[in-house]
Amino acid sequence: MKDLMLTNKAIARGAYEAGVAVLSAYPGTPSTEIAENFAKLDGVYAEWAPNDKVAVEVALGAAVAGARSMACMKHVGLNVAADPLFTAAYTGVNAGFVLVVADDPGMHSSQNEQDSRYYAKSAHVPMLEPANAAEAKEFVKLAYELSEQFDVPVFLRETTRVAHSHGLVELEERIEKPLKNYVKDASKYVMMPANAIRRHVTVEARDNALQEYVNTMPINRAEYTNENELGIVCSGAVYEYVKEALPNANVFKIGTIHPIPVSAICEFSKHVKELYVVEELEPFVEDTLKANGIACKGKELFGLQGELSVRKIAEKFGVMAGAVVEPEKVPARPPVMCAGCPHRGVFYVLNKLKLTVNGDIGCYTLGAVPPLSSVDTCVCMGASVGMAHGFKKATKGESRNVAVIGDSTFLHSGVTGLINAVYNRSGITLIILDNSTTGMTGHQQHPATGKDLQGNPAPVVLLDELCKACGVKDLHIVDAYDVKAVEKAVKEATASEEVSVIIAQRACALLDKTKQPVVTVENCKNCGVCMRLGCPAIRKGANGIEIDPLQCRGCNVCVQVCPFGSIKKA
Amino acid sequence: MNVLIVGVGGQGTLLASRVLGQYAILRGQDCKLSEVHGMSQRGGSVVTHVRIGDKIHSPVIWEGGADVVLAFEALEALRVKHYLKSDGALLVNDEEILPMPCITGAAVYPENIKDTLKAAVKRTHFIKAQEMALAAGSEKATNVVMLGALCKILSFDYALMREAVVKSVPPKFMELNVKAFDIGFNAVNL
Ligand SMILES: Cc1ncc(C[n+]2csc(CCOP(=O)(O)OP(=O)(O)O)c2C)c(N)n1
Repeated sequence: MKDLMLTNKAIARGAYEAGVAVLSAYPGTPSTEIAENFAKLDGVYAEWAPNDKVAVEVALGAAVAGARSMACMKHVGLNVAADPLFTAAYTGVNAGFVLVVADDPGMHSSQNEQDSRYYAKSAHVPMLEPANAAEAKEFVKLAYELSEQFDVPVFLRETTRVAHSHGLVELEERIEKPLKNYVKDASKYVMMPANAIRRHVTVEARDNALQEYVNTMPINRAEYTNENELGIVCSGAVYEYVKEALPNANVFKIGTIHPIPVSAICEFSKHVKELYVVEELEPFVEDTLKANGIACKGKELFGLQGELSVRKIAEKFGVMAGAVVEPEKVPARPPVMCAGCPHRGVFYVLNKLKLTVNGDIGCYTLGAVPPLSSVDTCVCMGASVGMAHGFKKATKGESRNVAVIGDSTFLHSGVTGLINAVYNRSGITLIILDNSTTGMTGHQQHPATGKDLQGNPAPVVLLDELCKACGVKDLHIVDAYDVKAVEKAVKEATASEEVSVIIAQRACALLDKTKQPVVTVENCKNCGVCMRLGCPAIRKGANGIEIDPLQCRGCNVCVQVCPFGSIKKA
Repeated sequence: MNVLIVGVGGQGTLLASRVLGQYAILRGQDCKLSEVHGMSQRGGSVVTHVRIGDKIHSPVIWEGGADVVLAFEALEALRVKHYLKSDGALLVNDEEILPMPCITGAAVYPENIKDTLKAAVKRTHFIKAQEMALAAGSEKATNVVMLGALCKILSFDYALMREAVVKSVPPKFMELNVKAFDIGFNAVNL
């Protein structure tokens, strides 16, 4: 019996069947469901780490200690985790260690479109790339074999279309892996120059061995349909598009994106008329083939940006049937802050006070879109704090800016920026939007929520105590729904010379689904002030604004901003 | 069979795709679904792809490749109209939800979407799925009403689709959903 399974769940299942005992991850679309699904399986340990780097370190520790382990993250998480990864390639692993990284071509929910395949090459870590759910499960198991055979961490790379698609998957039994023996070996596990110099020799030898070995792996395979006709090299989701768009083409399916099976592809190239590489994002495969003297085309047909599709590929090779119908020009429907979102009132206040806002990554990034249009900068997790400090230093303390960060993001990497601001005396104001969850990625627990990945009670990191321990003296705790209190705190904090932290508390409106009393409107003067909140429950009607009672969460923020008292408390 | 399901974050489009997946399994066919989680779920447009057949490669449907669009909201139907095959069918929940740019006045919600769609797509069906779901017992069953109507439009195996619904919803809501399914099934006349 086959199950229709999300690829991320299939990866979790693959890890389970491979005997993985320890998984550590930080949420990030489109990778989040791997940890969530793995945690539901029996007899395994799974956790949310406070950030992507810690997840890799935990998994590496578990592998060196002798247990098969996994770490999962989105592509930008790998930037954070790159430090342990590059040196883990030197130490090797003992038991198998697989790092799942999820790229997001088309940026469905990311701040950049980076191509993680380059990490595999520069870190000297092999990378497998499955095309669908069934393959993902199989590749995970293979990745553990490879990891142990070559004593190296192994990447499993997926893209959004693979991660978030479902396919039919056959379940198999778990094979228990008893804890391997850990033997102290400083020359292998203590990476200081003298040891690392010797390990680098091992790394290079391993690279060479892997480069040979991948040519023999069945997951790198040529599929001939019409010899001496068109030949396509591809992998991952693109393989599926190619099979659909060009059923008559010869296809070389790459399973190991690093090292690329160059000899096998060279052989393939001799059996086809013209060789094309079809890949999303950068010309990673194409450049490698060209560097090895294999003539091919790729990026001259397909650009560097966005996703490919069956249609795009078919059109480029001139085989698409049917005329193209142009899409209708219709108003966009961008994501918005939910009705009752506790972040809304804070941005309203920051707008009112005309402050520059160094934003961060989370639901509150939506404070950048109209009508709030409050956020000035958003770069990466934790950047709000460092950038606010930079603004202060550049303007010799004159800039009227604040940093705004979510609770999960603060623990991820905002706290180091705060320590810097205290230490280097910039007097920034940091607003922590504490909604007791990791909202953006779908409500995961974190160290300040009091619950672990499984939802069981866990020790709580208290944000206020943490800030105090970092040396913050000017600390304000406010209810995020209390607009007056937020305004007062922001005024005081920005007036203060020292580092100030405001913790705006209120749980995410989606966490509590019970129906709340809703606000009502009487004698609306049509002044438009409440419309500046960008609340999806408020809309313009024939006689002033109207409240959608199905959407209203009764947060009463609009009640407080209405200058005429026309909106009545829930 | 390529079914594109569109709607607004939070409308229950995911369950609809699960039911169709279950239907494929019951028929012993290959099936792939594709959806996007994360950012787009915060009240934005959501698109789910369902493909059923003997052997399915791409999990995503392409422009001009959908046999049917199942739209939970009118503007979203208009947005993806070009995904339909020339002889494709369109099933729309007769409801309008204003996107933020229309709420703030930065954009205008198109008028007469129904007429535009009917003129462009011969096999267009609008049903008041939300009202029908309420009649069945809960607005939450809107997606299942839509599936009932879809079953009729595509001449799917009625008993198997019904079974797929039963297998996909929590047992305590089974009766409600079966009722909703039948109301949807009977709501379209071909
Ligand atoms: C390095 C990195 N890891 C993971 C992510 C994915 N991600 C985006 S926002 C976010 C956390 C948001 O939580 P929080 O800061 O609490 O804000 P909320 O969304 O709850 O408002 C995460 C994990 C990312 N963008 N970058």
